[in-house]
Amino acid sequence: MTLILDDDQKLVQAAAQDFVATRSSMKRVRSLREDDLGFSRELWREMARLGWLGLPFPEELGGAGLGWRYLMVVLEELGAGLMPEPIVSTVLLGGAAFLYGDPDLRREHLPRIAAGDELVALAYQEAGGRYALDRATTRFAAGAVTGEKEQVMGGSSADWLIVSAQGPGGVGLYVVEAARAERVRQHRLDGRDAAIVRLDGAPAVPLGGPSLLARVIDVATIGLCAEMLGAMGAAFAMTLAYLKTRTQFGVPIGSFQALQHRAARLYIDLELCRSATMHAHAVLDAGGDAARAASLAKAKLSDAFLHVAEEAIQMHGGIGMTEEHDLGLYLKRARVAELTFGDAAHHRARWAELSGY
Amino acid sequence: MSDLDSFRAETRAWLTANAPASMRAPYRSTEELCWGGRKVKYSADILRWRDVCAERGFTAPTWPREYGGGGLDKASAKVLAEEMAALRMRPPLIGFGLSMIGPLLLQEGSDALRKEHLPRIVRGEIRWCQGYSEPGAGSDLASLQTRAVVDGDAFIVSGQKIWTSYADKSDWMFLLVRTDATGRNQDGITFLLMDMGSPGVTVRPIRLISGASPFCETFLADVRVPTANVVGRVNGGWAMARALLTHERTMIADVFHDRDDADRLRAAARAAVGVDALGRIADPVLRDRIVALELDQTCFNLTLARSRDAAKAGAKPGHESSIFKLVGTELNQRRRDLAVRVAGPQALGWNGPGFGEDDIKATRDWLRSRGNTIEGGTSEIQLNIISKRVLALPEK
Repeated sequence: MTLILDDDQKLVQAAAQDFVATRSSMKRVRSLREDDLGFSRELWREMARLGWLGLPFPEELGGAGLGWRYLMVVLEELGAGLMPEPIVSTVLLGGAAFLYGDPDLRREHLPRIAAGDELVALAYQEAGGRYALDRATTRFAAGAVTGEKEQVMGGSSADWLIVSAQGPGGVGLYVVEAARAERVRQHRLDGRDAAIVRLDGAPAVPLGGPSLLARVIDVATIGLCAEMLGAMGAAFAMTLAYLKTRTQFGVPIGSFQALQHRAARLYIDLELCRSATMHAHAVLDAGGDAARAASLAKAKLSDAFLHVAEEAIQMHGGIGMTEEHDLGLYLKRARVAELTFGDAAHHRARWAELSGY
Repeated sequence: MSDLDSFRAETRAWLTANAPASMRAPYRSTEELCWGGRKVKYSADILRWRDVCAERGFTAPTWPREYGGGGLDKASAKVLAEEMAALRMRPPLIGFGLSMIGPLLLQEGSDALRKEHLPRIVRGEIRWCQGYSEPGAGSDLASLQTRAVVDGDAFIVSGQKIWTSYADKSDWMFLLVRTDATGRNQDGITFLLMDMGSPGVTVRPIRLISGASPFCETFLADVRVPTANVVGRVNGGWAMARALLTHERTMIADVFHDRDDADRLRAAARAAVGVDALGRIADPVLRDRIVALELDQTCFNLTLARSRDAAKAGAKPGHESSIFKLVGTELNQRRRDLAVRVAGPQALGWNGPGFGEDDIKATRDWLRSRGNTIEGGTSEIQLNIISKRVLALPEK
């Protein structure tokens, strides 16, 4: 299991870097924070044309059949640019749910996801539920689901919802046409689409049993780590550049050892995070123990991304605190990412359980 | 059957036929292995294992045959290492001769120096120590003051070295001396090879906060060292030292790549504080600290693996060794500290009745580990290296 990129993956990486640089300015990202949709459908279709929305999915289902490491390099660049397009909700959560769920639904939905024709959201979070996946007050009975979900990522724009609900064998996943739900757009720190989803006897088709949700969250957690890695790398790069150019007391502040050593520590953290993220994607590609790999990476990156963003603001001084400066957007993304799919303490505890102690 | 396959079969047969049974038992510390040299007595099995391996070139598998090495290419050497590991065989010989000065001589030494020293290193006849640090030159190594003045065909060397590991057990020392005090510190340093038996050499072991240690002070009073013993050129020793330091840092970090230790810590915690109804370590705070350490250790191990993958793919080594040195030593400190916390009051023994050997060792290991972030380039020096060489942050 190699932990470095091959030449083809590097080509995709370069293409993604170029895409973010030329198509997604921070000005665009900022303006979308005020937008009802929260992202650009045009860019989403372009990403589909580039083949990025189906990178890990089988070719016969409209995907590229290339594996998760290819998706990782794209996610990393999208994360670096804080792009709000709904790749976590549609490709990671939706894509993984269909990939590992019912084969008929898989054949129906995966090709449309890969083609950019369909947006999907996973409605699993309920009020007070924190990170538990095995509890739901939403119920499935007689072919319909009833209940309320919140902070559903990509929920207000989705065409299809995958809803977790208490069914005959435990908490399973059910596919619901989004139009059958009442949806209220929520505004979170990161500005990305999120919604309250209310279901009142909405017709639903079973997608998979209790183990499916955990598996889907593991895949999405690993992909989210790639986004986080890119974003923390970008925040660090901005800070490094600032340390070299900002002068105080007649010298660049990056010549002060107190700041140099902190910057070096951040760099080391980034390297450790890259290893954990790369490893988790390689495990997905190899069909290995994704649960432990996901918890390892998320435990590490949750704290590290937040720490990098906080340190970045401290080293920038007052300017870093202003709304005008981009660093605040990275800090907000860091907090959202940290508390999505479980924070560091949650994943440490989980990793311990999975490791048998 | 390919050449490599037949080499594997042949090697396995030879190893099985020649390794004494006691050399296939696990060892707890490198102290139990053969470091060679004339000053330490080893068991007959250790010496026999060393000698048969040396004769076959297996103590230095990749070194050229003309110097007593095995002359193996990388692929064959890997096969040998795999077979040794599969058969759980102890390394026949270790030490700074094989890991440090030998490789440097192969790279930079004169033909005469190679012929003189490499075969003796391979056979384990000579044990080497490293004379770098001085009382006044720790992190600022280049400020070293041990002087070497030419007198005919020899240098007269005077000064003091400190933190010389195993100086009391070594036969030769490779050391840095000042041969020019006029220019930049780095430009007046020479790399010398010195016989520890020379008149004027005195060695005194150093006791640490953890008790006895391998470290020594070495006093040099007008010691004659032939000018032929210079590695590289006179006043060109700094480049030699830098090459070796990088190697040393990776070596130190490798030592901390130890899975067994993690399992031991977990088992000790279970025994000390019990388990809850779910079979988890009962104290949730202790449990979280152990998990956090294991996760960080795993990230570190993965980073080592990633660096090896990059090297295999042809990437030039950068300054990863500074990361490994810094992170590896800090992880070890956390591990030693946790072991003491897990043991509780039982970890308070220094020696004598009422305390187990393992408890005392854990406590001494903790004390000793405080030095890990100082020796071999302090953590602060590693951070300087990363700041300047990797991040290119400006000099003051």
